[in-house]
This record gives sequence, C-alpha cells and structure tokens, in this order.
Amino acid sequence: MPEKILLNSSDIERALVRIAHEILEHNKGAKSIAFVGIKTRGVPLAQRLAKIIRSMEQVDIPVGSLDITLYRDDVTSLGFKHVVQQTYLPFDITNKQVILVDDVFYTGRSIRAALDALMDLGRPQTIQLAVLIDRGHRELPIRADFVGKNIPTAHNEEIKVFLSEVDAVDKVAVRRLDGENNEPK
Amino acid sequence: MEKIMSLNEPKLSTAGQESLPPLSIGLWRHRNVLDLDDFSPEEITLVFEIANGMVEVLAREVKKVPTLRGKTIATLFYEPSTRTRASFELAAKYLGADTVSLDAARSSVAKGESLIDSLRTLQALEVDTIVIRHPCSGAPYIAVRHLQTSIINAGDGCHAHPSQGLLDLYTIKRQLGDLKGRKVVIIGDIMHSRVARSNIWGMRSTGLHVVLCAPTTLIPQGMPEMLDKCGLDHVTIEHNLDRALEGSDVIMPLRLQKERQQSGFISSIREYIRLYQVNSERLKKARADAIVMHPGPMNEGVEISHDVAYSSSSLIEQQVTNGVAIRMALLYLVAGVKNQ
Repeated sequence: MPEKILLNSSDIERALVRIAHEILEHNKGAKSIAFVGIKTRGVPLAQRLAKIIRSMEQVDIPVGSLDITLYRDDVTSLGFKHVVQQTYLPFDITNKQVILVDDVFYTGRSIRAALDALMDLGRPQTIQLAVLIDRGHRELPIRADFVGKNIPTAHNEEIKVFLSEVDAVDKVAVRRLDGENNEPK
Repeated sequence: MEKIMSLNEPKLSTAGQESLPPLSIGLWRHRNVLDLDDFSPEEITLVFEIANGMVEVLAREVKKVPTLRGKTIATLFYEPSTRTRASFELAAKYLGADTVSLDAARSSVAKGESLIDSLRTLQALEVDTIVIRHPCSGAPYIAVRHLQTSIINAGDGCHAHPSQGLLDLYTIKRQLGDLKGRKVVIIGDIMHSRVARSNIWGMRSTGLHVVLCAPTTLIPQGMPEMLDKCGLDHVTIEHNLDRALEGSDVIMPLRLQKERQQSGFISSIREYIRLYQVNSERLKKARADAIVMHPGPMNEGVEISHDVAYSSSSLIEQQVTNGVAIRMALLYLVAGVKNQ
C-alpha cells in the first residue's frame, strides 16, 4: 500500500498551537513549565511548542531532550535496534511542571521508559504528556494529557511523523506493512 | 535562534546530524570481543556514539540505569589488575547488571581447575557475559570455542586488550576531534604490550599515523614485515625518541615491565630512563598542544616523569573515566547480540 498523508505542515502547526493553548490553560500560565522531548522527533516538537508559547506569552520555556534507550524493556530481546544517544537537560526538572513530548503515542512502553528516565534525573512537581499522534493499542495504563490528533490504526500499519528539522519535510503519513513483521513494536 | 533553542547540545545537533543516515546498531555482530582486528570503522564509531551516551550517564547525580537489570557479568582474572577489573565491574553495575568476580589465586584454580572448567562452571551458573584476563595469549579464543556465553577479552598475554585500545582511541578523538594526519607515538615495551597491539589495530583507518618507539630489543623481530603483511601501513618504527616526538600530537609511554630487565631486554633502567623517559624537556619536541596518555599502572620516574604525568597535557585520569563509558558501551552491545 502506498503511503497516505494524514496531516500536512499546516495541520501539524494548527495541532501544536491548540496543544500549546491547552497546556497554558491546564497549568494556568507558563510558570515553572519545562518541555522534555523524547528523541528523536519529540525534540523538535518540544522546541516548536516552546516557540509558540513564547509568541503568545513572551516567556522562555526551557527545552530538554531525553534519550530513553537505556530504559527500554527490550534491550536484550531478539533483534533490538537502538543506538544510545545523549540526554540533554540544561535545567533542573525538580519542582517543574514537566511536559513530555513525543511524536507517536502507541503501546505506551516508550512513555513508561521516559517516566523512569525522568525520575532518575530529578523530582518534577508533575509530569504531563503531549503527543502529536495517538494511534491507540496501549499495552500499559498510560494516557496522554494533550493530543494533536487521534488516529485509529491497525497493528500492521505504520504511522510516520516527518518533521522539517529532521526529515526536511513536515507531514504525518500512514502505510501498511505488508508481508513485513506485523507484530507491534 | 535566540534563547528558546537552548538545545545547543555538545556535538549533537538535533537537525544536522540525525538527518544523516542513522548509525544502525544492526551492523554490530560481535557476540564476543576478542581484539580490534575484526572491528570495522563503522563498528568503532558505533561504540563511541554509545559511549557518548554513557558519559552523560556517568555525569549524573544518580549514575545508574536499569538497562541490563537481571543480567550477570562475571570477571575472571588470572592476572592482577586494578583499573580494568574495577572499570568493568562498575560499568556493569552502572548498567544495572549484577557482577561476580573470580580471582584465580583465590578460586578453585588454585586447586588445579582448568581454564575451560572454570568457564564452564560460570556458564552453568547462568552468567551472561564473562570478562576474562589471562597471562596466555589466545586464552579467550580457546574459551569461545567451548562456550555459548559471551566473552570479553580484558587482556591476554602479549596479544590484545581491546577495551583499552578503544578507550585510548576514544580519548584521543574526544580531545583532538579530526584525526587525519595526527601523529601518535607509542613508546617502550612494544614487544610485550597487548595495549600497543590493540591500539595499532584500532587506529587503522582513522587517519592517525602511529610511530612505535623503543630500543631494538623491545620491538619484536620481523615487525616491519608483519606490519606490511597485515596492511598496517599507518605504523612506522623509530628508535630515537627525540626524532619520534617531533611534531607529535599524542604521546603514549608504556609501562616498563621491570621484570624484563632481568631477562636482558634492556641494559639498565638508568639507561632506559636516559634514552626513553617522557619528561618535560623531551615534551618540547612535540606539538605545544600535544597530549600525554598512559595505560597504567605507571612507573613514575621511569617511563614517564612525575611532572609530565600530572601536567595539564596529561589525560591519564580521563582515560580511566572514559574506560568505564567504553566498557558500558561494550557490555550493552554484547548483551543485545547474545540471544540472536
């Protein structure tokens, strides 16, 4: 199946603007908020959210990046394929309202790993979760606080988020993985 | 992009670098780490990339991650060692693994148990990775023929010390950045040095030029022919230290294994000091920003003078810290291959 475009650049932008508004509403302003993007594509999304909030509220929100490879639960399982990268948090997350940002919310296992990773780095006041796409199929009792778009999917479909900072183009696409490994990640 | 883009990560920009074809962990195929002769440049880059992540973990207040939780790593040492053993054990612990350490002098080895039996016992105890040091060159190669458990060579005789080779190269790369055309001088007992051998393999195809400097008695006979045969054209031999040091970027004196003196490899330690000691006077021959490294343990006042060992050009302590990160990367990579 050829890939189908679900969101284009302005759809992504609109979704992020709405999420930014919701974050400000939920937290009653931008005070003590910090963004932590999950590598790879959560990081540019976190930067974009911070930029949108700055244009609305004229405040600089700290942005960090989190690599969750060392916290994954599949390191020693068959064919794991993750290069460890660096976590970079240029601020103390203790007593902050930390907003975790990721591109696709799926089984919940990455978020579980991210929560463990954050807890090792400090003691945030709260941790909230913002995702661009929620595709369902949760395997853990975790939910998102802010969702760009809910997209019901099948296990044998792949949702791919492209962001100009990393992929030179902005879009969200879906394609079916025919004949490939249909197991959820 | 002003303050909001406060993500000026050291060396790792989110945009530029990650749009390159990502380093795939799929190219890692070592169930065992025996020497660096079968490491591709890409594999070495992969180890370094992962070590960068481990350096970040080591800088944390809570420097422990759960990655290898439930795994057991054994260190089986038939030779004395402080830093290598501590380094492997801490690396395993920081990754959340359990460790068991066997000292040959205090184990059943003293009762006459053979190497293979000791290893088989560890395997039967469900150990996941065995880190081994042995005075006989090639011992880990025999071990892998008898075991399914992963083996990491932590030094075998005069043959190889791959994790040291990797941590040396990693330290050099972090300090110098681009390695093309840079000159490394390895000084001293090349003959008996597994560190020198693994460094030679590791520095192949990095752009580094390696000069081995020692009296003729401490360079193995037929070394030039051997280098030629192995295609190691980045290595040259120079017996005069002052000439070797000229324009050098990295200076690596090796421990003078004092027990060799009795075997007649050098005429006297005093003469060795006069001709081959790295001291501040000699250092002037090297580039002004040259770095000094030493695999340890040092004989201060023999192969290296006290003031050089603790000077600002010395990266000796950094080598030890980087060693933990490199060993964490190796344990992580090996753990991922094992079940395949």
